[in-house]
Amino acid sequence: MSGELEGLLVILCLNTIYAYGVFLPAASGQLNLGAAGFITLGAYCSAWLNSAIDGLGFPIFASIPLSVLFAGAIGFIIAFPILRTRGVYMVLATFAFAEVVAGLVINLEFLGAAQGMPVDAHMPFIGTGLGSLLDAIGLPLASGKDGDPFIGLALVTLLVVIFCHYLMATRFGLAMRSIHDDENVATLFGVNTRMSRVWAFAVGAALMGLGGALYGHHFNYVEAQNFNVLLSIYILLYVLLGGTQTAWGPVIGAVFFTFVPELFRSLGQVTGEKWLEDGRFVAFGVLIVLMMVVRPEGVVTRTLLERLTGGRKRAETGAPAQTAG
Amino acid sequence: MEPVLRIADLDKSFGGLTVIDNVSFDVERGSRTALIGPNGAGKTTIFNLLTGVYPVDAGAIELDGQDITHIPAKDRVAKGMSRSFQNIRLMPHLSTVENVMLGQHARARGLGQQLFPVGFFPRNKWAAQAREALETAGLGTYPGQVVADLPYGIQKRIEVVRALMAEPTLLLLDEPAAGLNNQETDELQQLLRQVSERGTTLLVVEHDMHFVRNLCNHVVVVNFGRKIFEGTPAEVNADPAVREAYLGTDQSMADAPLLADPMAAGGDDHAA
Repeated sequence: MSGELEGLLVILCLNTIYAYGVFLPAASGQLNLGAAGFITLGAYCSAWLNSAIDGLGFPIFASIPLSVLFAGAIGFIIAFPILRTRGVYMVLATFAFAEVVAGLVINLEFLGAAQGMPVDAHMPFIGTGLGSLLDAIGLPLASGKDGDPFIGLALVTLLVVIFCHYLMATRFGLAMRSIHDDENVATLFGVNTRMSRVWAFAVGAALMGLGGALYGHHFNYVEAQNFNVLLSIYILLYVLLGGTQTAWGPVIGAVFFTFVPELFRSLGQVTGEKWLEDGRFVAFGVLIVLMMVVRPEGVVTRTLLERLTGGRKRAETGAPAQTAG
Repeated sequence: MEPVLRIADLDKSFGGLTVIDNVSFDVERGSRTALIGPNGAGKTTIFNLLTGVYPVDAGAIELDGQDITHIPAKDRVAKGMSRSFQNIRLMPHLSTVENVMLGQHARARGLGQQLFPVGFFPRNKWAAQAREALETAGLGTYPGQVVADLPYGIQKRIEVVRALMAEPTLLLLDEPAAGLNNQETDELQQLLRQVSERGTTLLVVEHDMHFVRNLCNHVVVVNFGRKIFEGTPAEVNADPAVREAYLGTDQSMADAPLLADPMAAGGDDHAA
């Protein structure tokens, strides 16, 4: 596997984990523009816990789970005030939270302040036995070195995807989706709407903390300025364009956003059309607007899945497939 | 026998407007009670007070001998009361079965139930029960569908099935027959009779007087937020105050058969 592709896949994995962190609250109807804040929390927490000089020198297997718990706990606590706001005000509140986190980190000397912080341990290859197994069956992902850190990241990402699919398949997931559609009716059927939304927000925060911690251990350096509002916006876009109706949305959104700009660049390089390469973000922006027009509920919807799996008999109703809301 | 529902001296006003004014009535166990009245009489508001959508200003609500006046809306369904809505309030992005399964929410108590991945096992007992209930209601051909695509009459009946899934002792139905054609109304009526025979008490807000007379054995009439009459459907037909509320005082209308008039249907009550 080429280094360039691997680099891209690493970004894709991280983006996917972040996206699920924003997806969980979004599936219950809450827009979280504070992704960067939770990623910062996770990244710095794990970096500090792991650092032998500045921090506690915990091994990576302790520092990552602890930073997940930390980001989740902060998410849980701030969910109570933030979830009192609605719509655009919630977007602003979560954005403000991320700004506060960035402001704090930049002013904390023991976290390296504005310079950022080196991260000691590199993302390990999870399970050497698995590595040799992958080598044995000739999977190109295992490059034969004594540990390709990408495999570990890919496995964690896969677990996150499975976990979120599981969560959406539970009654808790059903409650979340009901709250998204009609909070008042959900309440009347006994759903504790407040706590469901708080937990969705908190578990999402924990996932973003996980993404942040993995980022740190992969690139071995964390810098608060890297986790800026543009990142939060992109992650929210992955989720909204991917679709919040099913747990497939975030991964589709992350794949799209990670690969399409690169695709434009490669296309520009191959065809020699320099405007494609230079103007790829313009083209990308146009594409986003077009997607919003054509698929206002995101690329992956329930109806689409039903149609793909053939579980649907359109002849019976003939009603339009898309609905507002 | 003790009534299932006892409403005592209920008051509710929005700002300066008194919407419910000292309303009291009982719903007998096993009865099929209708709550009727002209548009804006406060019928839906009474439902909203019963289910806890609004807090009451004064008065008491007793369900199954328990005072539920001040318990939160989310906890009332577990006390044995569920409802359908005047305007369809199904979850548009959920499938039919999932919508119906939402009705079971209050019965699936405990972390284990909440975190069991029902969606991964289409044959689990909850989903099976939901499908069976849909089939019993004559809606068996539609599982797996996203409800937003379904015809109005079907959605209306899915709402009733969803409310039934809570296994309520008291089922509140807000204009269940509004907008249904004759055949659909008949099917709904059959379904409700079955439900009633199984021991569930029904309290129905309905404008379709024909439907009320066929289904219900007790009628409470409200107008301008006050109870103006209570009795059997036949007695309601003869009561001058009810006739006046519906038809005005014009003497030329005096002989018109009130309860045979389906034209009173439609229109909006207070928002649900």
